[in-house]
Amino acid sequence: MNTLAAAWSWLTTPAHWSGDGGIWNRVGQHLFLTVVCLLISCLIALPIALVLGHLGKGGALAVNISNIGRAVPTFAVLVLLILTPIGGHGEWPTIVALVLFAVPPLLTNAYIGMREVDRDVVRAATGMGMTGRQLMLGVEVPLALPLILTGVRIAAVQLVATATLAALAGGGGLGRIITAGFNLASTAQVVAGAVLVAVFALIVEGLFAVAQRLAPDRFCGEGSG
Amino acid sequence: MTAPPDDCLARNEWLCGAYLTSRREILWDAVVQHLQLTVVSVLLGLVLAVPLALAARRRRWAAGPVLGVTTILYTVPSLAMFSLLLPVYGLSASLVVAGLVLYSLTLLVRNILAGLRAVPAETRQAARGMGYGPVRLLVAVELPLALPAAMAGLRIATVSAVSLVTVGAIVGYGGLGNLIYSGMNTYFKAQVLTASVLCVVIAVAADVLLLLAQRILTPWTRRRS
Repeated sequence: MNTLAAAWSWLTTPAHWSGDGGIWNRVGQHLFLTVVCLLISCLIALPIALVLGHLGKGGALAVNISNIGRAVPTFAVLVLLILTPIGGHGEWPTIVALVLFAVPPLLTNAYIGMREVDRDVVRAATGMGMTGRQLMLGVEVPLALPLILTGVRIAAVQLVATATLAALAGGGGLGRIITAGFNLASTAQVVAGAVLVAVFALIVEGLFAVAQRLAPDRFCGEGSG
Repeated sequence: MTAPPDDCLARNEWLCGAYLTSRREILWDAVVQHLQLTVVSVLLGLVLAVPLALAARRRRWAAGPVLGVTTILYTVPSLAMFSLLLPVYGLSASLVVAGLVLYSLTLLVRNILAGLRAVPAETRQAARGMGYGPVRLLVAVELPLALPAAMAGLRIATVSAVSLVTVGAIVGYGGLGNLIYSGMNTYFKAQVLTASVLCVVIAVAADVLLLLAQRILTPWTRRRS
């Protein structure tokens, strides 16, 4: 209980919120890293997954890449990147590592989503004379949307976690508060930082959970295509 | 004065045979710690997950809270999870084990529950008709049929645990993660790469071993395919 009180008083000290290493600044960095890397990862992974899923090719790769991503420790990749030449370029090692770990869940889920579209629907669409492009964008992608969104959600949560770890390797973000707490041997600060990170992650997860619940209805209602 | 040796250690190369031979004991100790942390965590997770999954299966009202809480736990980033446990366990191996147990719980409970739910009602009725009591039904029919799904969860949990142990380096109990962490601070390329590769090797080896165990434990799934 003592530690919790100390953590609470750390969190409620106004001086800890402002300034360069302040909480607001760290939240901003964390949010920036998460959003930018999510966008980059989506731009890389989704076109590949959607086209592969549409064509029905490369399935083994798309599915196994998630297992490979799980076996490779995030921390190891962060440190390895720091020791390579890109390590000298500010946040780049962090960004590269974040994207590397966000791509697999996006690829796998989007691919599976595309493949699980009812084959009868696809045949009907082809029978109606839809071109491959129309079929993909007008039929398969809308139907695969729930799983695509699941992939985006997993990737986003993964990004928040990886961005936290980046602090261990000298990157910015909320994890810095935790690592600084460890260096100062301040359990209060470590716990306060951990609470901030956990709340941040849960908010991201919650936002996607809400979005996922709303999205399918909206897309059905629009009657696109 | 002797000239400094001009070997791969002195040149700080990524691949270095001299590193392997000169640091054999350090590497071995790190691997042993890595394996201990992983095995203890996953086994503890399994011991906790089975009753939780059974409770969630038996009592309908328990399923929501059990799945909800484990999902929330899984969303908390690893560094934050370890940090939140710091006031409870201090800088100890128990902290790392406790954090890893909480992560493996999610994966194990979800998969065991899915396996139990997938047991066909007809099978259960047939067993009951043959005079099986609830305990025998569970041990001789339901659990074996849930085994493939449970083993899939166990494999994912184990591989994830191997990778997450590295984060334990923040409290000094990270197995190979300790070597990665110190290698980062001293810019020691050979150490970081060797430890990272060993992590992946352990993860893959554990996955293959569990797959073999699954084949042996569930001969009926093999015969069908």
